[in-house]
Amino acid sequence: MSTTSAAPKKQHSRLFGLPKETLLDWYDDMLLVRRFEEKCAQLYGMGKIMGFCHLYNGQEAISTGAVKGAITKDDYVITAYRDHGLAISKGVDPKPIMAELLGKVTGTTRGQGGSMHIFDKETNFLGGHAIVGSHIPIAAGAAFASKYKGEKRVCLCFMGDGATNIGAFHEGLNLAALWKLPVVFIIENNRYSMGTSVRRSSAVEELIKKGLGYDLRTEVIDGFNVLEVYTKVKAAVDHARETYEPSLLEIRTYRYRGHSMSDPIHGHYRTKEEVEEQKKYDPISVFAEILKAEKLVDEEWLDEAEKRIKAIVEECVTFAENSPEPPLENLYDVYYKESNGE
Amino acid sequence: MPTVSLREALNQAIDEEMARDERVFLMGEEVAEYNGAYKVSQGLLAKWGPRRIIDTPIAEAGFAGIGIGAAMCGLRPIVEFMTWNFSLVAYDQIANHAAKMYSMTGGHFNVPMVFRGPGGAAHGLGATHSQALESIYAHIPGLKVVMPSTCKDAKGLLKTAIRDENPVIFIESEVMYGDKGEIPEGEYTIPFGVGEVKKEGKDVTLVSWSKVLAHIVWKSVEKLEEELGISIEVIDPRTIKPMDYDLIVESVKKTNRLLIVEEGWPFASVGAQLSDEITRRAFDYLDAPVERVNQEDVPLPYAKALEKHSLPNIDKIRTGLKKVLYID
Repeated sequence: MSTTSAAPKKQHSRLFGLPKETLLDWYDDMLLVRRFEEKCAQLYGMGKIMGFCHLYNGQEAISTGAVKGAITKDDYVITAYRDHGLAISKGVDPKPIMAELLGKVTGTTRGQGGSMHIFDKETNFLGGHAIVGSHIPIAAGAAFASKYKGEKRVCLCFMGDGATNIGAFHEGLNLAALWKLPVVFIIENNRYSMGTSVRRSSAVEELIKKGLGYDLRTEVIDGFNVLEVYTKVKAAVDHARETYEPSLLEIRTYRYRGHSMSDPIHGHYRTKEEVEEQKKYDPISVFAEILKAEKLVDEEWLDEAEKRIKAIVEECVTFAENSPEPPLENLYDVYYKESNGE
Repeated sequence: MPTVSLREALNQAIDEEMARDERVFLMGEEVAEYNGAYKVSQGLLAKWGPRRIIDTPIAEAGFAGIGIGAAMCGLRPIVEFMTWNFSLVAYDQIANHAAKMYSMTGGHFNVPMVFRGPGGAAHGLGATHSQALESIYAHIPGLKVVMPSTCKDAKGLLKTAIRDENPVIFIESEVMYGDKGEIPEGEYTIPFGVGEVKKEGKDVTLVSWSKVLAHIVWKSVEKLEEELGISIEVIDPRTIKPMDYDLIVESVKKTNRLLIVEEGWPFASVGAQLSDEITRRAFDYLDAPVERVNQEDVPLPYAKALEKHSLPNIDKIRTGLKKVLYID
């Protein structure tokens, strides 16, 4: 697996003809996800965010390339509990996400869900699911609905490497392949399911091989390069849209934080040296270097981007901090949905 | 009023709702080309085609999850379990996802779907194929649980279930599919949370539902009334959740005694919940502690005599009635 991009022979060839505004927008998106998560870590440390909080640091090229880049607003995105970054890239307003983390009534789900359960109907963000692997058949169901209704929506279903070992993964893949459902399954292989390495948890170390059992279209992707993520996910999305056929993609990535905020960044399962080594391929730095090499940005622009993003994150925190907590009398407001027999 | 079998009543409900609403489809093992393991979906594939009557592989978690995802995205799935025993393979999907979706998403997504199929013991199927699981579904907030005992109720309640905006657990019984009963002509639905006094009486209220009511209680009531010289009021709550407590309380105010007859195990059962609620709400009207008849607290054995001994039967109902009525 290459972790850095080869130098281009021709200027802009590695930018796939993407307009400058799009590329700069993607950089902002990656940086927003990173700085948002760093703020979460800080607020968690202050006791303002409760429960389990899984950060996306290191994996931003995936949310930006696949979600912001390769699909449209009508397409569905569903993932597991490491969901803030994917939600932001899907276009969910980060202010309600931060409010949700602080347990406020202005949160994405009114303080009902918390960090692991971000949902947003408006942007077709289907969660935020905290039982490993269970959302994989649900993703196939969203794709089923698209096909049933004769729509062209595609569902992107993200999962960690650990999810490929549970039954729901295999049932979901089999059904999607059998019925030709327009879903793109994406393994975000960050090498560890919590503290257990892929080698210690999966009989096949190359997780992509698991797609072969279901005759799926497969591809391995460098998760440190947002442009590679974009092009290869886009190809799978286009294929699903045209043929209704699903794919299984394995994006090789790395998380710079612990599994959740309750867990150490390194310890018995991985060394400090390994983490530091992986930081050399930081997807945001990799992308900044590409943009600089292509003369699309300079250091001054990058500094401005930092300030711009910092202001957005501060706005999120202010919004969240100033929002009220959910009123106790609202406890049964979303108990059962009223049914009128129609 | 036409007379139909229970399977025909259910078939009519599905067929009518599919005609009424393009979003409704049926999915499950053997529901299409085989015409249903118990023939509930007989003829539906021929009428509606494979887009809406869908055979699944043996993958309960997988197709339950597909139903949930489809329901979140605007469809109205009916997912058939060949038996509710197999639903345990999909319990994560139902309890962790279908049940919680509306609440946990703050109202962004709801799951309007029906999980249905036969539950409880048939004959000689052994421990894994004979379970009455209503209590483990009724326990979970977000689910509704429906258990009809007649053809009329089955059709009207299934139509209501298909139109409901929430996930509905609809439990039938394989030994009831051939039961015959009258149903009203034309369109009708039966609301959830409304029980029915199936037989009026004055000395004791007997609450029971589904197959135990249809096949055990009804075969015992007249005989035991005569034998014990008593008059029994029989109530079928029809929906386990929401439960029509008011109807039972009103009956107990009249009879002052309550016997609950259910197929589930005794610990943390629907009957245990009912007993608790009625004891609190009608304490001053009760002349005796609430009595309960359950299946014995063991995995159901295969051998005929052991099976019969373990399940609710007329002897256990007689004992229960005598205790609650202080006879002897």
